[in-house]
Formats: sequence, C-alpha cells, structure tokens
Amino acid sequence: MTPAVSLRGARLAFGERTLWSGLELDVEPGEFVAILGPNGSGKTSLLKVLLGQLRLTEGEAKIAGTPARAGNSAVGYIPQQKTIEAGVTLRGRDLIGLGVDGHQWGVGLRGRRTRRRIVDNVVVEVGAERFVDAPLGTMSGGEQQRLRVAQALVGDPTVLLCDEPLLSLDLANQSLVAGLIDRRRRSHDTAVLFVTHEINPILPLVDRVLYLVDGRFRVGPPGEVMTSRVLSELYRTDVEVLHVRGRLVVIGTGDAVDALGSAGGHHPAEDRP
Amino acid sequence: MNERLADVFEKLFDFSTTVHLLGYDFVQQALLAGALLGLLAGVLGPLIISRQMSFAVHGTSELSLTGASAALLAGISVGVGAILGSVVAAVLFGLLGSRARDRDSVIGVILSFGLGLSVLFMWLYPGRTGTSFSLLVGQIVGVGTSGLTLLLACSVVVLIVLAIVYRPLLFASTDPEVALARGVPVRALTVIFAVLIGVAAALGVQIVGALLVLALLITPAASAVRLTASPLRATILATIFAEVAAVGGILLSLAPGVPVSSFVTTISFVIYLACRVVGTRRERRAGRRLAPA
Repeated sequence: MTPAVSLRGARLAFGERTLWSGLELDVEPGEFVAILGPNGSGKTSLLKVLLGQLRLTEGEAKIAGTPARAGNSAVGYIPQQKTIEAGVTLRGRDLIGLGVDGHQWGVGLRGRRTRRRIVDNVVVEVGAERFVDAPLGTMSGGEQQRLRVAQALVGDPTVLLCDEPLLSLDLANQSLVAGLIDRRRRSHDTAVLFVTHEINPILPLVDRVLYLVDGRFRVGPPGEVMTSRVLSELYRTDVEVLHVRGRLVVIGTGDAVDALGSAGGHHPAEDRP
Repeated sequence: MNERLADVFEKLFDFSTTVHLLGYDFVQQALLAGALLGLLAGVLGPLIISRQMSFAVHGTSELSLTGASAALLAGISVGVGAILGSVVAAVLFGLLGSRARDRDSVIGVILSFGLGLSVLFMWLYPGRTGTSFSLLVGQIVGVGTSGLTLLLACSVVVLIVLAIVYRPLLFASTDPEVALARGVPVRALTVIFAVLIGVAAALGVQIVGALLVLALLITPAASAVRLTASPLRATILATIFAEVAAVGGILLSLAPGVPVSSFVTTISFVIYLACRVVGTRRERRAGRRLAPA
C-alpha cells in the first residue's frame, strides 16, 4: 500500500543551520504519529514541508505517492487555537464552508446548496450543532477547535496535519478534540501527523512518535522512544522519564515546558525560522 | 446662529429647489457616481474590515491626492492621476507590509512623504486653489461626463475582478493560515486587493474627497459587522448603508449647497451609531441566552 506520508533522506536547512537531516519516515493510512521535540527543533517546519510551503534542502517528501505541494486536497490542516480578531465576519458555518470550496475562484453563490449539505453533515460529526451559527469571535477555544477539525475534514483528506491543536484548551476539550481526530482516522483510515509539546492528552491514541532534538531524531512506538535512555541520547544529557499516575513526565531536558510534563498556554511563535 | 448655518437649515427642506436641481445633467451624473461608489464601498468594505486595513485605505486615499495634484500640475487628467497615485500607494502598502504590525508603520512613513509631495504640487500649481481644495473635500458636481465614463469603467473592472477572486479572497482575509495551507495564493491576493482598494479610493476621492473616503469605504461596513457575522449579509447591509449615505448625502446637499462630504459623513456616522446600539443590545440578549444556567 502507498504510505500516506513518506519522507526519504529529508534534510531541511536555513542557510548554515540544519534543522534535521537524513529523515526517513513512512506513515501508513490510519496511523497516528506524534511529532515531539523542544522549541526550534523543526516540528512545525516539517508540517510546512508537507504542506508545500517550505522546500526540502535535500531528499523527497510525498503525500499519498505524489510530491508534497501547496493546495493538495489530500491534506487537511488543523492549526493552533487563536483569538479571533473582532470584526472578522465569519460564523462557525462560514469557517467550515471555506474549508469546502474557499480555495476555488468565483463568488461561491452557485455552490451554496452543496456546501450547506456538506457543512451540515460534518457539523453533526463534530457535535457543533449548538454553536455553528454563532459568530466565530464569540466562541470558546474548545468550540473553535471543533470547528477547525470539521473544516479540515470536509475536504475528505487522506492525511491530517495538526499543529498543536490542543494548545490552550482545558483538559475536557483536549480529550474531546483529540477524540474527534482519532475517530476520523479509524473510520476513514486517515493518517494523522500531530505536532505537540505535550504527549499525555494523546498518549493512548499514538501509534508512533517522531522525536526531534537539535537535528537528531528517533522514530518508534511511544514505549520505545519515551524512555530515559533514548531521550538522554537525543538530548545528550541526563534525561529522566517518569510514569506518574498514568502520565509521562520528562525531566532534565532544560525545556521548562517538558520538565513540567504539561504544555502551558504560552510559547509564542515556536519553530519560526 | 451663524447666518450661513441658518440659511442651510432653511434650505434643507426646500424640496422644490432639490427637485429643480435634479433636472440638471450634472446633478444626475453626480447621483450616478455616488451610487456606483456606494456599490463598490459596500462590497469591498467588509473585506477591508476583516483585513484590518482601515489605515491602509486612509493612506491610499490621501496618496491619490498626491497623484491627482501631480496630474493637475502636469496638466493631465486629474482622475487618471488620482487612480495612479492610489494604486501605486496600495501596491506599496501590500508589498512592503504583509504583516499587520509592519504595515502600520510602513503606511505612516509613505503617507507623510506623499502628503508632503502633494502640498508642494498644490503650491506649485498656478491655477485656482479651489480646484486642489476640492480634491481634499470632494466636489462631486464637477464629475462631468468624461469623469463619469472613467468612474463607470473602473467600477465595472473592480466588480469583475472581485467576482473572480471573491471566495479565495474571503478565505485569505479571514483565515489566512488555513487558506495558505489549502494553496490559496495569499500574497498575490493581497496585492490584487490592494489595487482594487486603490481604484475605489481614487474614485471616492473625486466624490467625497481624500479626507473623507473612510466615510464610505469603512463606516458602512463597520456598521454592518456590528449587526451580522455572515459575510453575505454583511456585504448586503454595507452596500445598503453606503448607498444611503452616498446618494442621500448628495440629495440633501443640493438645496443648501453645502459640500457633499459633510452630509455623506454625517449620514454614515449616524448609521454607525445606530448599528452599535442595536448590535450591543443583541449581544447582551444572546449572552444571557448562552450563559450556563
């Protein structure tokens, strides 16, 4: 079977600085891969490569057998939750609708009926009936992110690229949104690449972890990668992984966020080159 | 009371004079020009608000003054000069400041230089200063047939381009990150939209003047988004508000002979206040309903 995502000998560098090199990764349809690592390790840049927004310095990146390119309809994208600026004229319904045909030229009046039907279906799927007609600016972070999931799903993607979609959500909403993504990949065999600081909310869902540190990386099931020995090798310092009440706590990476074992809602503009 | 003001109030309700003036060609042309501008403002406005470009529109319209005054001095068509000035400005704003934070300072820098130039051009202009003053506060009755043809042609071009790019433009204006991920040419659309705004602002300059273009391009849309978050409804409401302000302002100004811009700005401001009150009340009601029991 063609892998949903495939990276071969991939290297990404900005000038002198190499983010990572020799990256080999095949993600199977329906597989859930978490991408972890400290700030600046190139997690978000990896997503940008797959979105066709950044070019690999070396090697190749493929989505469902074709080279990664911008505007690939096989790719769905879920960004971080953000504050919606006042004055943005969108209701929840419009946000999802833009996911359906926002990239197509024209006014979009003619495709209104089809769009409405597709949006109504996905709204039921993510349980957003109650707030889908409200202005985006009046929604809670959790409501917004459910709509983001819906917006990414209407294109019927073979790969979902998620860039910290749970950041700044409370625990209940974290598991709700992660659950929606998980259900989709099981029902539709959608591959999921999930960039995150904090593996705990998605730990039960993750098939494999790609852990990036300073250009070094390790790929494998969480039980093999998230160990004191492997992370110490990656960070080149003594790192300890503790199991506390069913959660993983990583200590000694020098990264305040990981040391606490929970991502706070504050890390501006990470991974920006 | 100021004699002039008393005269205005007396004549404001002098409908026979208004009806009489409506018979003139130049008045009809002014009304048509106002209606065209209202339509452009209505469809562009909500996008300008979503992109937080009020200041860019202001800068663009002031720089169309620079183009117009340069054209006046060079002895070529003022209308063409105004369009050139604002399109160059709009493209510069679009290219130099793709991030809102950058853009703010870039506009300030270019705007001050451009205004300095236009002061110089107006000073150099040997003709009546009234002509250049009219570019600041607008002089719609001076549109004329050739001006109207230019206005009409430009409006049609703007509307056609907008009809082609509307949906990706809405996507890029309200949700740029995901739009980029879906392959929408966000940067190219920024430039295209800047040109459309430039043309609309230049047309507005001739009708309500450079200082007051915001009254048509921004205020009606800002009023509309207080009432609805639906892009379609916001566009329809903004168009209605802009038409009421533009056409209504011209009609009211006829009999008293007051500059059109004072009426246009007043009408759109009153509409804005009303929409704010209604919008706030609605939000409160919605807030109560949604609040957990």
